[in-house]
Amino acid sequence: MEAHFAELGALISQVSGFIYPNEIELQWSILIVIYPYLTGLVAGAFILASLEKVFNVKELQPTYRLALLVALAFLIVAPMPLQAHLGHPERSLEMFLTPNGNSAMAMFGFVYMWYLMLVLLLEIWFDFRADMVRWANEARGLKRFLYRALALFSTDISEEAIAFDHKAVYTITLIGIPSAFILHGYVGFIFGSIKANPWWSSVLIPIVFLFSAIVSGIAMIVLIYYISSLIRGQQPKMDCLNKLASFLLYALILDFSLESLDFIHRLYESEESIHILSELIASRLFLSLTILQISIGTILPMLMLAFGRYSRLPSELKRIIYVISAVLIQIGIFSTRWNIVIGGQLFSKSLRGLTAYKLEMGGQEGLITAIGFLILPFLIFFVLIKILPPWEDEKETVPAALEA
Amino acid sequence: MGDKLKRREFVRKVVEGSASVVLLSVCGPMRSLVQASDGEEPAAYDATKHYYGMGVQIDHCIGCGKCADACKSENNVPREPYFFRTWVERYTIDGDREVHVDSPGGGIHGFPPPATEEDIMRSFFVPKLCNHCDHPPCVQVCPVGATFKSQDGVVLVDQDYCVGCRYCIQACPYGARYLHPEKKAADKCTFCYHRITKGMLPACVEVCPTQTRVFGEIKGRSSPLYRLMKMEEIQVLKPELNTEPKVLYTKLDGEVR
Repeated sequence: MEAHFAELGALISQVSGFIYPNEIELQWSILIVIYPYLTGLVAGAFILASLEKVFNVKELQPTYRLALLVALAFLIVAPMPLQAHLGHPERSLEMFLTPNGNSAMAMFGFVYMWYLMLVLLLEIWFDFRADMVRWANEARGLKRFLYRALALFSTDISEEAIAFDHKAVYTITLIGIPSAFILHGYVGFIFGSIKANPWWSSVLIPIVFLFSAIVSGIAMIVLIYYISSLIRGQQPKMDCLNKLASFLLYALILDFSLESLDFIHRLYESEESIHILSELIASRLFLSLTILQISIGTILPMLMLAFGRYSRLPSELKRIIYVISAVLIQIGIFSTRWNIVIGGQLFSKSLRGLTAYKLEMGGQEGLITAIGFLILPFLIFFVLIKILPPWEDEKETVPAALEA
Repeated sequence: MGDKLKRREFVRKVVEGSASVVLLSVCGPMRSLVQASDGEEPAAYDATKHYYGMGVQIDHCIGCGKCADACKSENNVPREPYFFRTWVERYTIDGDREVHVDSPGGGIHGFPPPATEEDIMRSFFVPKLCNHCDHPPCVQVCPVGATFKSQDGVVLVDQDYCVGCRYCIQACPYGARYLHPEKKAADKCTFCYHRITKGMLPACVEVCPTQTRVFGEIKGRSSPLYRLMKMEEIQVLKPELNTEPKVLYTKLDGEVR
């Protein structure tokens, strides 16, 4: 406690102008930055997966199952930083048991459960069911039991049954697209509906969240598809990467247009808050907004993708351009989340001053915890692909990693 | 004879009656004290019979900070200068209409003299606290309903129920909430609920040497607050946000946010 007070005391020297005395303590830390970042990846990966199923984009076939498993891995971790951030984590179940119907945050549990249980798990189950039955038949011992259990002891792999699986996957994806929109649009609404905060309070925020989610999700799949192909000693399919790059570019352009619209709209309306927000952008957010989010995280990858996609470069070079763009985009989207969550708390609601955020290394809300939450989804993903290999060429064989 | 008796009886009754009126009016306010010392239960508090608000007369405030100090003592608010249920701000507007605001340590120890005394157009103090909004955004966003508007209009937090998500702190436009560092739950002004439900005044009102703060019934026709609302022009903070505050300011400058 004393250390906490000392930190707050040290922050006072960094305050410029006037802030309300209670505002020296920044309430939502880096953990709350990670939360929209993770749910954005979930929604984006899922929407990409739906492109293949619903809109029949055949080139994306190799990434379909990959995207579903990526979405699941990130979705499992998404609520963890929220839970870790609560003052009383032991009371978090009250959000399910006695939710306040008027609270946007209270709906989180329901939106989350709907998406996890009814969309993602169900779609993955139907998509993998026939394979799981097949793997169970070929395996022995504990592994046989595992796949039988995962297939919920269904054994029917007749043509009719498989046709039903396909139909189910199609239907769930149809429901899943608006659900993914709701999942992440809703996260945007949590911020966008706070009228007390002019940086957040915008009807465009949920929409901007959505498109940035799609951008980050596609970029993540580019990275994971490329790296997993390398690890497996295979060439990533160029038509698939090209298609991913195209969609990534379209989404990025849309996302950037919407964010520019929001920016220009604020500037043109020039409301009471414009002075302090301009100061915020020019000083405290210069690095994370102007440099990281806009220049390196948006404009540069946009140019690179356009160049890579529409020039006559050799495939090897194109691949490198796509991968570097995808990395830059991840940096950009993480900065976007940072600028919204942290940026929204760096100015006083008196609109007369700026405060600061000091990121701690250790502790419950420190950098190390945050990095842990960012690595964890990849570990979960690693386990998932061991149990449910998403690779097209291994569909028929029993997962090797599980061979005794 | 009969007439005489009647007259005497009449006089006696008048004297008795007026004596009891005098006695009652003297002892009435003391009744609560007497009851308390007797250990007798006071009449149960009925929240439906009240609707509270607070008036703040800006031109009365001398910036002594006694209110913020008393609040911390009364409500176990941490002494560190980052946690306040109420605090005092000083506004200084110079000749170029440039506004300077400060609130060192919430104003608890008063204010240092201004840097320059020249070129001050006007200066005044503004005591701040939870506005106990009729349309409170903090109550709207609380995911578990731990913060709520009581029937008497006071916005309260059930700290044994609060999950500590801090959404309410984000939603409050006035910076009136903080996370209690020990309880790990949202904390804010309660109008000293433990006092007002016993018929006492909030601590900040009690200690104010200039009667800047006027606490009372917002709807009762005979309350001092009602009288203030009748006699003075009333403004609230950030009316454009439609929070409908029940902390009512007189002589509030347009620069105050």
